[in-house]
This record gives sequence, C-alpha cells and structure tokens, in this order.
Amino acid sequence: MIFEDIVFFIAAIGALAGAAGVVLLRNPFYSVLSLVGHLFFLAVLFLLLRAQFLAAAQLIVYAGAVMVLYVFVVAYIGGAEEPLGQDTPGIRALGVLFAVCVLAELCIAVIGTGLKAIDTHGAHIANSFGAPSQIGSLLLNRFLIPFEAASYLLLIAAVGALVLARKRRGFEDMLEAPPPPAGGRA
Amino acid sequence: MNVTWYVVLSAFLFAIGAAGVLTRRNPLVVLLCLELMLNAGNLALIAFARMWGNGDGQIFALVVMVVAACEVVVGLGIIVGIFRRRIPEDVDALSELRG
Repeated sequence: MIFEDIVFFIAAIGALAGAAGVVLLRNPFYSVLSLVGHLFFLAVLFLLLRAQFLAAAQLIVYAGAVMVLYVFVVAYIGGAEEPLGQDTPGIRALGVLFAVCVLAELCIAVIGTGLKAIDTHGAHIANSFGAPSQIGSLLLNRFLIPFEAASYLLLIAAVGALVLARKRRGFEDMLEAPPPPAGGRA
Repeated sequence: MNVTWYVVLSAFLFAIGAAGVLTRRNPLVVLLCLELMLNAGNLALIAFARMWGNGDGQIFALVVMVVAACEVVVGLGIIVGIFRRRIPEDVDALSELRG
C-alpha cells in the first residue's frame, strides 16, 4: 500500500507540473511536449485505478497519435512565441479568478459530498476489472449504441477536417479553366 | 489511496485547464488546455468507476477520448485554415466566423 501511495504522489505531481507547463510555457511546441508528459503521468494514475486498457489507450492513441498531429501542426504554422501578459491585465486576472472559483466550487462539492464510499479505496473488484475483455464485452453488449455513435462521430470528424483543411482552389480553377468544347465527349 | 485524492487532483487539473483556456490567446494552446480539461474529467470518471467497482465509468472515459480526438482533428483543421488565410493566430482577433 505504501508503494501505491508513493507512486500516486509522484504521478500526481508530474501530472500537475505537466498541466502547469502547458498553461505557462510561451512556446506552443514546449506546451505540446509538456502535455505529452502530463498524459504519461495520467496513464500511471489510470493504472493505479485498475484501468489497464484505458491507460494503454491513453499512451498509444493520445500521447502517440494525437500529440504527433499537434507537433505536425505546430511545425507547420511555425509556433510563434506568444508574449504573456502584454494585453490588458484585468481580463487575464479575471480569467485566473474564474478558474480559482471553479476550483473552490469543485473542492466544496467533493468535501460536502454524500457519497460514503469516496473515502475508501473503492469497492472490491475482480482481477479482470478494466481489462480489455471487460471493456469489450461492455462495449458490445450494454453500450452498443454509444459505440456505434462514436464511430459515426469519428467518421464525421475525419470528413470535416478534410473539408476544413483543403485548399480552396477547386472552384476558382473551374472558373478560370477554358470551357469544354461543345459537342465533345458526353 | 482514497478515491477523494483522485477526485481532488482532477479538480485541480480541470481548474488549471480552465485558467489556460481563459488566459492564453494562441488558439493552438487553447486547444491544448481543452485537452487538459477533458483529461481531468476522464480521471474523475475512472476514479468513480473504481469507487463503485463498475466498468461503466471506464466506457464513458473511452467515449470522452473519442470526442477529444474529434475535437482535435476539427480544431487543428480550423487552425490550419486560419494560417492559410494569413489571419493572425489570436483568439481575440478571431471574433467573426465566416466561411
């Protein structure tokens, strides 16, 4: 148990530091790298909570694929350094104040919760808890419709990204191109 | 560790992400901070799944990851479009949405 506590604190500090790095670093490229570290420590926390499959998915899909996408876009647009605190400081302070209020509200909700089990280590669980077999059987039995909806959502997002990022030359090329000869190929 | 620790940690991560969304002006960094907020939600969902000993919360977290991936793809598409049109990458300057 003491080993679990030590791992939790290391991972929690790492995750908090990564999150702070994302917000505070000025260069977007370093922000992305900081987020990769944050996601790694979050995967460790998922493992402590016996979510093996989600920890693996977090590392492979998030820290692997999605972050590579981010790095590509930062390299493409050339990650300009954003000066921190050059604009009106009032708005910035208001944003930070709002975030602190959200944190205070969430902490009050956790402290005042009526959930009895929240101060325990959690319910007794079988060894297969969080394993791919359990996730798969839940997805294909109980959550089949959300599973299908998620696949449609991914398809729509892929098509939408193509539409958004394509070069909008198709229509202009069509206007500038010489009209096809009349009576040509049908 | 008690489940409370995980939930409080997720509250901290969510607040940090919210602060980033509200204070940063580069749309790319705003997207990164949105990721932070979604991941904080994921951590809370998985902590509660562990608390009840029930796998449903993990499925919810998986769906949140799918939504986050879609958000990234569409958001980065918009950012590439912004860059191509030579619009300054500043969320204050992006006050109009026009196709």
